[in-house]
Amino acid sequence: MPNMSLKKNEMPVQEPEVRARNFSEVALGYSEEAALDEAQRCLNCRNMPCVSGCPVNIRIPEFIGKVREGEFEEAYRIIQKTSSLPAVCGRVCPQETQCESKCVRGIKGEPVGIGRLERFVADRHNEYSDEKVILPEPNGHRVAIVGSGPSGLTCAGDLAKKGYSVTVFEALHTAGGVLVYGIPEFRLPKRIVAREVETLKSLGVEIETNVVVGKTVTIDELFEEGYEAVFVGSGAGLPNFMGIPGESLKGVYSANEFLTRSNLMKAYRNDSPTPIMKGGCVAVVGGGNVAMDAARTALRLGAENVYIIYRRSMEELPARREEVEHAMEEGIEFMLLNNPVEILGYEDPADPRHPANGFVNGIRCIKMKLGEPDANGRRRPVPIEGSEFELHVDTVVMAIGTSPNPLIKDTTKGLEVNRWGGIIVNEDGLTSRENVYAGGDAVTGAATVISAMGAGKTAAKAIDEALSK
Amino acid sequence: MYRIVSKKILNPTVTQMEIEAPRVANKARPGQFIILRVDGEGERIPLTVAGVDRDAGTVKIIFQVVGATTELLNHMEEDDSLADFVGPLGVPTHTEGIKKVCIVGGGVGCAIAMPVAQEFHRLGAEVTSIIGFRSKDLLILEDEFRECSYRLVVMTDDGSYARQGNVTVPLKEMLEAGERFDMIITIGPLVMMKFVTLAAKPFGVPVTVSMNPIMIDGTGMCGGCRLTLVRDGKRITKFACVDGPDFNGYEVDFDEAMSRGRMYHYFERRAHEAVCNLFREVR
Repeated sequence: MPNMSLKKNEMPVQEPEVRARNFSEVALGYSEEAALDEAQRCLNCRNMPCVSGCPVNIRIPEFIGKVREGEFEEAYRIIQKTSSLPAVCGRVCPQETQCESKCVRGIKGEPVGIGRLERFVADRHNEYSDEKVILPEPNGHRVAIVGSGPSGLTCAGDLAKKGYSVTVFEALHTAGGVLVYGIPEFRLPKRIVAREVETLKSLGVEIETNVVVGKTVTIDELFEEGYEAVFVGSGAGLPNFMGIPGESLKGVYSANEFLTRSNLMKAYRNDSPTPIMKGGCVAVVGGGNVAMDAARTALRLGAENVYIIYRRSMEELPARREEVEHAMEEGIEFMLLNNPVEILGYEDPADPRHPANGFVNGIRCIKMKLGEPDANGRRRPVPIEGSEFELHVDTVVMAIGTSPNPLIKDTTKGLEVNRWGGIIVNEDGLTSRENVYAGGDAVTGAATVISAMGAGKTAAKAIDEALSK
Repeated sequence: MYRIVSKKILNPTVTQMEIEAPRVANKARPGQFIILRVDGEGERIPLTVAGVDRDAGTVKIIFQVVGATTELLNHMEEDDSLADFVGPLGVPTHTEGIKKVCIVGGGVGCAIAMPVAQEFHRLGAEVTSIIGFRSKDLLILEDEFRECSYRLVVMTDDGSYARQGNVTVPLKEMLEAGERFDMIITIGPLVMMKFVTLAAKPFGVPVTVSMNPIMIDGTGMCGGCRLTLVRDGKRITKFACVDGPDFNGYEVDFDEAMSRGRMYHYFERRAHEAVCNLFREVR
C-alpha cells in the first residue's frame, strides 16, 4: 500500500541563521527511514512519465522500487547504468522542471522526492560500498576529451566502461570543471566531485591537468598524438558584463571570478593565499543559479547585506526553486524588477593617493516593469522613466551569463560555430569536423549539469559506433 | 609535477629558473606567458616566458620577489618541483613587417623584453634596446641584450651605473634626432609604459605595451584581467589573458589599469610579511 501523504518527506537542513555563516553543506540528506518512507510514495506508474523528464533517462521507478525493498546497492546500480555522477545530480539537478515535474503525484500534492532519493542512494553507496571496479577489456582505441566538467566526465566514463583508452585534458589544476570552480561547497561538497573523479580514474581514465587545448596543444595535434576521436566539452567560460559605466572599478567581479576565488582557490578559508573582497554590502546582478551561488557565498564570507538585483519578477527568475527559497531564508534581499545603469566609485579629488580611490561605493539602478512578451514568450522588462535610485554597496558581482570560450574554435580549422560562438553539432554530437564531437555548454551556452551529462552520453555512444565500425 | 632544472640568482630580488614542462616548451613563443602554482594550496601567478629549450623540454622564467607566492617560489631549489605549470597563454608578440624596432624595458620587465628582442634579432630586424633599472644592484641581462641589439642604452635612476635618468630620456633624444622605428615595444611598470607611450606620441611611432594584470585562470574565464581600450572615443573591454598581453599603447587606459593593479595591495603586503616571518622562524 503506497504512502498517500501529499507532502514529500522533508529534507533535513542546517538552520538558516547557522548555515548563513558557514560553508558546510546546507541540505543534510535523507535518513534511511525517510528514504524508505518517501520511496513508498512512488506509484510505480506503468508508463513512467518521470523517466521522460530526465535528460539521461534514469530508470526512476525501478531504482525507487529497490529503495523500497531496502536494496540500496541494487538501486545504485540501476542509476549508474545511465548516470555517471549520481551524487552530483541528486544535489544540483533542477528536478522541479525535469523528472519531478512529470510525476503523477504532483497533480495533487507534491511529486515524489526523486532527487532526494537519488542523493540518498548515491551517498549510501559512497559510504558503504567496497565494491571493486572491474576493469573492462581494452579495445585498443584512444579518445581525447577536452574539459573535465560534467559532459567530459560523463563521456569519459561511458567510453572507459566500453574499453576505450581515454585521456581527459583539463585547463585548470583540478578536475571537475564548473563542479569545482563554480558550484560552492555548501551546495556540492568538493569531496563528492573528487570521489566521482576517482571512480573514473579507477576505470582507467587518465586526467591530464594544466593543458589548455587550443594553446598547449591543438585538436589537430591530438589526432597526431594518436587519438582517433576528440570530444569537446570546454564549457561556456567567458563571463558577460553589462557594458555600463563603472564595471572596471575595484570591487566589481564577474560571478566566475568571485566563485572561482572562493571555490577553486579556497578564498573562503581564513588561511587562503587568495584574496577576495569580504564583508560590507554586496549586490549580485542576475537571477540564475550562479547568481544565487554568488549571493550566498558573499553572505558566508561575512557580508552584512546581500542584494539580488534582477530585471524581471520572481515568476521569471530562472534559478532552481530550492536555491531561491534557501537564499531567502538566509536573508538575501531580492530586489526584483530593477536594473543597474551605473556602478559608482569612490574618488577623493583632494587626495589622488587615497586608498579608497577607485573602489566601488554604490550602484545606480532603474525600476522596471514587464511589457509585452518577446519572441520566446517571456515578458520583456521595460525601464520606468525617472525611477532611478542609488544603493550603497561595496562589491558588485555580475552574474548575467557566460559565452562559449573561443580558444578551440580559433585554433581548429573547419570547426563551425553559431553566431553566439556555440559549436554546431548534429543529433549525435558530431561537429563539422570528422571525428570531433562536442557537447554541454560549449554547444548550448550556459545550461544545466544534467543536460551536459546527457550530451556527453550521446557523444560517447556515437563515438563508440564510429570507432567500432 | 614540474621539476626545477636550474636556478640562478640574477640580482638580490630577481631569480631565473628553468622548469621542465615539455608541452609548454614545445609551443611557447616570445610574448606569451605561463601560470604556475608553487604548491597544492597556492595561488596561481602569471609569469612571462623568458625563453625555451625545445630539445630539453624546459621553459625559462624570470621573476621578482614582490609578494607571498614569489617569496615561496624563490625558496624552491633545483630538483624541487612546482605543483602546476600551464601554458603557453596569451597571443605571441606580432613581428610581421617590423624591420626596425625599439625595445624599452624597465626593471624585471627586461626579462620579458629580452626574448622579444632576441626574436626580432633572429628575424633580421634592427634592434635598439633601452633598458632601465633603479640602481646598479638591480641590473639584469645586460650581456644578453648586448648580444641581440644593434644598439643598447642602459639607464639607472640613481646614476650608479651607465647613464643616469629614466628610459624615456634616450628614447626622446633618438626620436628628436629623426630616428623612425616601425614599432616601439615597451615592457615594464605601468607608469613607465604610460610615459614611453606619451614620449612617442608626438612622433607618431606605433607603441606596443605588455600588460600583466591580476588574473586567475589565464584562459578568459574570470575576467579579472580586464582592461579598457579607448578606440575612436569608444571604451572597449578586453581580457589581457586572451586578447593580450600586448596592446596598442595609445589605446590603453593606464590610469584605470594602475588602479586595478592595486586592488589587493593591503592583502598582498600582509601575506608577503607572513611568508617572510615564516621563513625567518624556520631559520
